[in-house]
Amino acid sequence: MENLTHIAGMESAGPNKPVAGNNPVAGNVIVAGNVIVTGNKPVAGNKTVKTEHVIEIDNLEKGFNNNLVLKNLSLKLYNGENLVVLGKSGSGKSVLIKCIIRLLLPDQGTIRVFGQNVNELTTKGLAEMREKIGFLFQSGALYDSMTVRENLEFPLKRIKKGLTRKEIDEKVAEVLDNVGLGETLNKMPSELSGGMRKRVSLARTIIVDPMIMLYDEPTTGLDPVTSDEISSLINDVQTKYKTSSIIITHDIECVRATADRIIMVQDGEVYKEGSIEEFNSSTDAIIRSFFK
Amino acid sequence: MNKVKKNNTVFKKFVILPDVKHKVIKLSENTIEKTQIATLFFSEIGEFFLFMFHTFKETFSRSFEFKEFLHQCYQIGNRTLPLISVTGLVIGLVLTIQSRPVLADFGAVSLLPGMVAVSIIREMGPVVTGLICAGRIGSGMGAELGSMKVTEQIDAMEVSSTNPMRFLVVTRVLAATLMIPILVLYADALGIMGSWAGANIKGDVPFVLFFSQAFSAVSFADFLPAVVKTFFFGAAIGVIGCYKGYTAGRGTESVGKAATSAVVLASLFVIIIDLIAVQITDMLF
Repeated sequence: MENLTHIAGMESAGPNKPVAGNNPVAGNVIVAGNVIVTGNKPVAGNKTVKTEHVIEIDNLEKGFNNNLVLKNLSLKLYNGENLVVLGKSGSGKSVLIKCIIRLLLPDQGTIRVFGQNVNELTTKGLAEMREKIGFLFQSGALYDSMTVRENLEFPLKRIKKGLTRKEIDEKVAEVLDNVGLGETLNKMPSELSGGMRKRVSLARTIIVDPMIMLYDEPTTGLDPVTSDEISSLINDVQTKYKTSSIIITHDIECVRATADRIIMVQDGEVYKEGSIEEFNSSTDAIIRSFFK
Repeated sequence: MNKVKKNNTVFKKFVILPDVKHKVIKLSENTIEKTQIATLFFSEIGEFFLFMFHTFKETFSRSFEFKEFLHQCYQIGNRTLPLISVTGLVIGLVLTIQSRPVLADFGAVSLLPGMVAVSIIREMGPVVTGLICAGRIGSGMGAELGSMKVTEQIDAMEVSSTNPMRFLVVTRVLAATLMIPILVLYADALGIMGSWAGANIKGDVPFVLFFSQAFSAVSFADFLPAVVKTFFFGAAIGVIGCYKGYTAGRGTESVGKAATSAVVLASLFVIIIDLIAVQITDMLF
């Protein structure tokens, strides 16, 4: 059985224990071995996390009106993993992923996506890079004036040009079925519940087969049952579409369900990095305030 | 005693000094505050011109969103048509009812159709339609784009490899620029119809006679400048509505602010453009 590889520095036991000191933040490469992640996340499918990183952020700084939101933040997202960025509201988590997709320009630092420096990309290069990244907005950000079908077709027609009507219809039906909302095709977003809007939004994101997924607080404002469904969908997307994901959240149940690795951000800096196990067993007061 | 008086005077002079200092500090604070307001004002103007420049640049880009442009033309026309119909008809009717007694005093009732037609085509039709469109279309664009900004729909569009300026702004500005002249012509026609109805309240004026008299008074010099300025009305309403919506803040409150300021600014621009157009027309024709 193939196991998950995972970051170094965690207290894993057994033959697959990573080499000590291999901290991804420090820039070292993870040992290409198989380390079992022993968190609460279901390991269905036993996907293999490859050792190369897809996103690399170095010393990122971003401020608004003399208020520094991100301070020297560095992290890496490894191929195939679900990286959860955890932190209080206002700690700069959303700013971080908006900088990755260049909806915001950082003040300092570099962001590399598939080795390309995002800040130096041309308009065409940026468009090509964005085609590889799916972004699930906190509010869902469905286009109010369009039906569910039109919402899904919108990115598909623009990114995957040249598809026939039949191919478009098939793709739309496929992604809607994947999120369990096949019957909402001709509904307007205003006719959907909060959870349904999130799921349609997720369908719109995955319809273009992204390689990286960025989730901005995917379970915020949802009831526990719907939150669990969204968390399961995040895992399903990772398994089915082989995506690498950054999940911004402060919902611990979502963290437990989805995280391969956790980075905790406090006041714009990386406060702690590790596995769900490490965070669960931590005695640190700030971490305990989340993992009660 | 004198000494005391003298001392008192000295003391009084001495206590005035801190007041002067306080006043100087207050003055400098006021100056700083006014400088900040001026900076904000000029940066807003700069931002607006930059927005206009980007809109203009994107208008001539290769991939034009034609389908969305048609959709916006339909939306603008459809949303405003009932309002324009009623307003146009009422303007003609009221203008005729008000003017008739004055013209009758001079024995010039026969000039009524021509007078009403000229005033509607030259001024009343374009300005009233422009102001109604500033309210209806300007607020609609401000609120729509503002709410799209607040709910991250514009960001979502951007990450879907779609240029929001091209898709949302250019299409709306061009649609407003094209549709408002059409709406003005429609309002003019209904205004003259309303005038004919008004003329028939106290008399029996045949339709053909009324219209032949009305149009014999209208020349090309009345018609052309009036139509040309409405293109500028449309462009101004479109750009201002989109600018206010596109640059709205993040809170829901900013949607209302965007809509309100779009109406106010667009109405003001319609009046200013009209003033400039009148001056230019006066010089040229």
